[in-house]
Amino acid sequence: MTSPFQPVSDHLVSALVRDEPRVLTRITSLFGRRGYNIKSLSVGATEMPGVSRMTFVVSGDRGVVEQAMKQLDKLHDVVKIIDHSLEKYVDRELVLVKVRVENTERRIEIRQMAEDFRARIVDAGHHALTFEVTGDEGKITAFIEQMRTFGILETMRTGRIALTRGSNADIPSHIYHDGETETLQPVLQSAPREGKAREVNNMF
Amino acid sequence: MTGAKALWATLAAHGISTVFGYPGGAIMPVYDALTYYPEVRHVLARHEQGAIHAAEGWAKATGEIGVCIATSGPGATNLVTGLADAMMDNVPLLAITGNVARHLMGTDAFQEADITGITLPITKHNYVVTDPNELPAIVAEAIRIARSGRPGPVLVDIPKDVQLAAFTGKLVKPQAAPEAISPRPEAIHAACELLKTAKKPVLMVGGGSQGASKEITEFARAWQIPTITTLMGLGAFPASDPLWLGMPGMHGSVAANHAISQADVLIGFGLRFDDRVTGRVKDFAPNAQIIHIDLDAAEIGKIVRAHLPVKSDAKQAAVALTQGAVPFEVPEWQAQLDEWKTRGEHPTTWGAAQAVRQVVARLRPDDILTTDVGQHQMLAAQLARFEKPRRWLTSGGLGTMGFGFPAALGAAMAEPGVQSIVIAGDGGFQMTAQELATLTKYDIRNCKICIINNSYLGMVRQWQELFHEKRYSEVYLGDSNPDFLKLADAYNIKGWRADNSADLETAIDAWLSHDGSGLLEVVVPNEHGVFPMVPAGAALYEMIENEPVKVPDLGDKMNVMASAPDTEISTEASQ
Ligand SMILES: Cc1ncc(C[n+]2csc(CCOP(=O)(O)OP(=O)(O)O)c2C)c(N)n1
Repeated sequence: MTSPFQPVSDHLVSALVRDEPRVLTRITSLFGRRGYNIKSLSVGATEMPGVSRMTFVVSGDRGVVEQAMKQLDKLHDVVKIIDHSLEKYVDRELVLVKVRVENTERRIEIRQMAEDFRARIVDAGHHALTFEVTGDEGKITAFIEQMRTFGILETMRTGRIALTRGSNADIPSHIYHDGETETLQPVLQSAPREGKAREVNNMF
Repeated sequence: MTGAKALWATLAAHGISTVFGYPGGAIMPVYDALTYYPEVRHVLARHEQGAIHAAEGWAKATGEIGVCIATSGPGATNLVTGLADAMMDNVPLLAITGNVARHLMGTDAFQEADITGITLPITKHNYVVTDPNELPAIVAEAIRIARSGRPGPVLVDIPKDVQLAAFTGKLVKPQAAPEAISPRPEAIHAACELLKTAKKPVLMVGGGSQGASKEITEFARAWQIPTITTLMGLGAFPASDPLWLGMPGMHGSVAANHAISQADVLIGFGLRFDDRVTGRVKDFAPNAQIIHIDLDAAEIGKIVRAHLPVKSDAKQAAVALTQGAVPFEVPEWQAQLDEWKTRGEHPTTWGAAQAVRQVVARLRPDDILTTDVGQHQMLAAQLARFEKPRRWLTSGGLGTMGFGFPAALGAAMAEPGVQSIVIAGDGGFQMTAQELATLTKYDIRNCKICIINNSYLGMVRQWQELFHEKRYSEVYLGDSNPDFLKLADAYNIKGWRADNSADLETAIDAWLSHDGSGLLEVVVPNEHGVFPMVPAGAALYEMIENEPVKVPDLGDKMNVMASAPDTEISTEASQ
């Protein structure tokens, strides 16, 4: 097992969860009760009816993150946990940034800067421009830092989302297409419940 | 068929023969439908907390799922303590609650409570049934979840109109239990290799081992490893075996606590290193390489670092480890353990310890002993000698006063052929004393109640004595305790009283040979403590072995508790 005494850092983790009432509460209350710090959380539907995908950034040392993942893995609604640090992944975040525009000269400057970041203008007013930027965390942070010099009016970030690279799906597709069963959600029934997490640590 | 009938049909199909409960408006259709299902016995408790602890007693004694039923709102919230208790002690439990009709949910309707919201952190899972046709599948899944892996409580909340609605769905068969998790062969190999290097090995057996007692005992004997059973593990290893060292932790034995502190290899089965077991975590087993075997991966490494984590069912792991056995010959270690074993014995002068000793001496191997929470509980844990698993039922994780008596009642109903004895304090007994009515109502004849009456909330008084300079704040009960024999008599239950050793012996004879349940009150001196004791925040090797003649000056240990510098876990002096 990894030493729990590693420096605090951010970990990107995804969870596939059953789309059932209170699933979000269950997960956030688990984080709250055990004192884990979530830095960002994004949730959305997947290609599979009945399954949502959450990506969260947990901060803490390795021990804390492992414990958080193991606790999550015990929840009945959680079908699978994916620790992105174990494999290559792509991650993205979307941010809306509203920047103050003082005069035409500034407007040109700002637009030029935005172009370098491939930021799109989604709203333009007399005194403000709103940009949409997608990218990994580094790009977004860099963009915001650049815009700060002009004066940011407000920002909204979606939180990070991630997928494992390559052709392997996080849930093998066969589990989606099993025949009729007598349970609530036939689709999820065959999701491997025991030991479903990719081994979250190198435990025997 | 209605939803309510589908519920009973499903429970019956799962072999559920007895449920404990209390009716009310929002669960009335279920109670009405009950009359069509004589194969299920309903036991009417006098408080929902009594019903759920009885269901826990049933489950802990048999290893089978316990079932309880309550109405919405106040009925449901009365289950909360029992659910939290079952969650902590891994008791397989199904709680069924009624709720207001679907269209009223969320409107603060009469007797509405968001019980699924309330119990979210203290259940393994919970459901609101919104479609009557899903009821059987939900109940079947709830039962499977409650039983599988690390067992625990599951709550199913059923709105009243769902109970009444026409059921047109399919009834379901019980789901097969998931296969036990076997250890990886590499893990077993590594564990055997590590064990072979040990000069001072210790085996620790926890509550998760109750179902693997035989296999673990074989493992310990094959390797000749000295063995400790935690509070929850008592009985999972026979106390008569010379390898047994007793219980570890705050009120553990001298031998167990010193053995842990000196061990070089410590192998733990189905235990979670509760702070009452570890003492100050950073000084727990400071010299040991730890092999931690648990089927719940989240327990491994949660409190204590495991050098060799093994995710496995206890039974499978024990069988595999037995195969690699090389019996130890560590005579110096054994001699040292034998010396420790003779220390820390309670004096034989009259007091709570002596009273408990006399009562537990009468236990036969099949008898069930439950306790409430407090000094009597720790004394019983120290003094009783269990040869078999599932004969010792106590609220370990939550420390729930009021647990003991209804749990004994539930166990007595589960196993009518054996004697179910509860040892309770005068404080805790009064938290669920109304269940005396349940004893009478069902003419339960094999439930024997023993109250150790020290006129105090003894355990709190002991802490006040040791850590608050004897300021006995709000712990005296002697001025207002009922006459316990009259109380029993009021429910038609026979009682005995003793206040000295000789009378106690006579009273125990009469009490145990009485054909029917009975209540024995033992009046003991007020100010006895439970020792050995490891003060909260101290290390196991800092234990106070015997009752101090005067209040000990704990000096900086007091500060340790006040400022709780042990940030790994909270060791606040909470009781
Ligand atoms: C429901 C509940 N409330 C409070 C406590 C705190 N508590 C722990 S031990 C104890 C004293 C128990 O007194 P008694 O039942 O008389 O048993 P004794 O310790 O005297 O044997 C108390 C109040 C608890 N464990 N559970």
